[in-house]
Amino acid sequence: MKKYAYFPGCSLEKMAMSYHLSTLETTRKLGVELKELEDWNCCGATAYFHVDELLAHTLCARNLAIAEKEKLDLVAPCSGCYKNLYFASAHLKKDPDLAEHINIALQEDNLHYSGNVKVQHLIEVFVNDIGLNEIKAKVTQPLRDLRVAPYYGCQILRPKKDDEDVEQPRFFEDLISSTGATPVDFPLKLRCCGGALIITSRTSALSMVRNLLQNAINSGANVIATACPLCQVNLECYQKQVNQEFGTELSIPIMYFTQLIGLAFGIPPKNLGVGTELVSTRPVLSYAEK
Amino acid sequence: MVTRPSFSEEIAGLLHATHANAIKTCIQCGTCSGSCPVAKFMDHSPRKIIAMINAGLKDRILNCNTYWYCASCYYCTVRCPRGIDIAELMYALKRYSIWKNQYKDGLVGPVFSETFVKTILKSGRSYEPVLATSYFFTFGLQDMLLEAQTATSLMLKGRLPVLPPRIKRLENFRRVIRKIIPLGEPS
Repeated sequence: MKKYAYFPGCSLEKMAMSYHLSTLETTRKLGVELKELEDWNCCGATAYFHVDELLAHTLCARNLAIAEKEKLDLVAPCSGCYKNLYFASAHLKKDPDLAEHINIALQEDNLHYSGNVKVQHLIEVFVNDIGLNEIKAKVTQPLRDLRVAPYYGCQILRPKKDDEDVEQPRFFEDLISSTGATPVDFPLKLRCCGGALIITSRTSALSMVRNLLQNAINSGANVIATACPLCQVNLECYQKQVNQEFGTELSIPIMYFTQLIGLAFGIPPKNLGVGTELVSTRPVLSYAEK
Repeated sequence: MVTRPSFSEEIAGLLHATHANAIKTCIQCGTCSGSCPVAKFMDHSPRKIIAMINAGLKDRILNCNTYWYCASCYYCTVRCPRGIDIAELMYALKRYSIWKNQYKDGLVGPVFSETFVKTILKSGRSYEPVLATSYFFTFGLQDMLLEAQTATSLMLKGRLPVLPPRIKRLENFRRVIRKIIPLGEPS
């Protein structure tokens, strides 16, 4: 059984509880053990890096050090947490001065980070470590005829890490296909949802959300699949504001990829956190009940 | 005689983790601005802001919204043909403006970021209701009502925390932070 240290991140504690629940349900079914990282702290989001970079890396390093102590690789379901933890680990490995400085501070919590934790996004664990064949083998309720817009967003792919394809990725589409659903051609799949601008620069963020919703609907999607709590909240919870601002009548459910996989596995919707949305997911559920 | 670094050198050197940013090598091709989903809302596009840094237009830069409108999507960074990390440059400008305590009037970004940092130093984790106070009252009446409506719906769905979360080893956590930023209080 594969085992990981699981870093839920602040959003999954409440706002994105459905992502948390569906992650635990689906990984359990796939024989993967996620052990919640003991006493984890906030990754710093984007805001911390606005104020102080060294402190932001220190926040991430504490989490990395706890995972290293448990001898486990780290998996984060939130793209923001993932990006921060991944690059903090990479910087600390590359820069011994930075690592030494931060390790002196970590002693105050009896921790030390040597750079030996592999950081992955949850979707990478599904695609690369578990593999599409394993996922297909567990599907009992194929989501036949459901048209899904695969929304990658930003920070799973960017900044670029190695030689991965950051312009035309396909792994999200492949993952959706493994549930029996059909991924649609979604031209804006890599465009930003606005992130924290929904708070700090509302007009620009609403316009970004509007473009994404319109593009997904034009692509013939019944649902947008996301792999990040901030993307989910921006695209789902602000549909009303978008319609008010632009005089539109856009409406489309936004679900986590783990919820779609869970439905295809025949897991009861309630166990996947379905029912806590502001935009109803009822039309999506009917595909799993066929 | 000691020469002070130029504004452009100062900004290029603001990246702690990567040590420096090659903004001097910019060829003004505009790939960054063309890839930026927020460019049309910015006072100056990313391409222009780099030209302005290299021209030393410090005051105009400190009084524009450009970097506070960057959503950190990193499209510019992955596409820059000269390998300039433009999104990190935007972070550097945010920090510079916070250190100088100088920014364009009416921006929510700086206040929000500082509130966020304080929340985390206090409890180790983020807590939406406290964060909301940093921006809620900057909205117009209609937006305020809509925001309150959304918050109420989320609350009814159980998606907003009632009590602030806290990490267990909070005292150790705070001591770690004090090692990085000495706060000067008696230990």
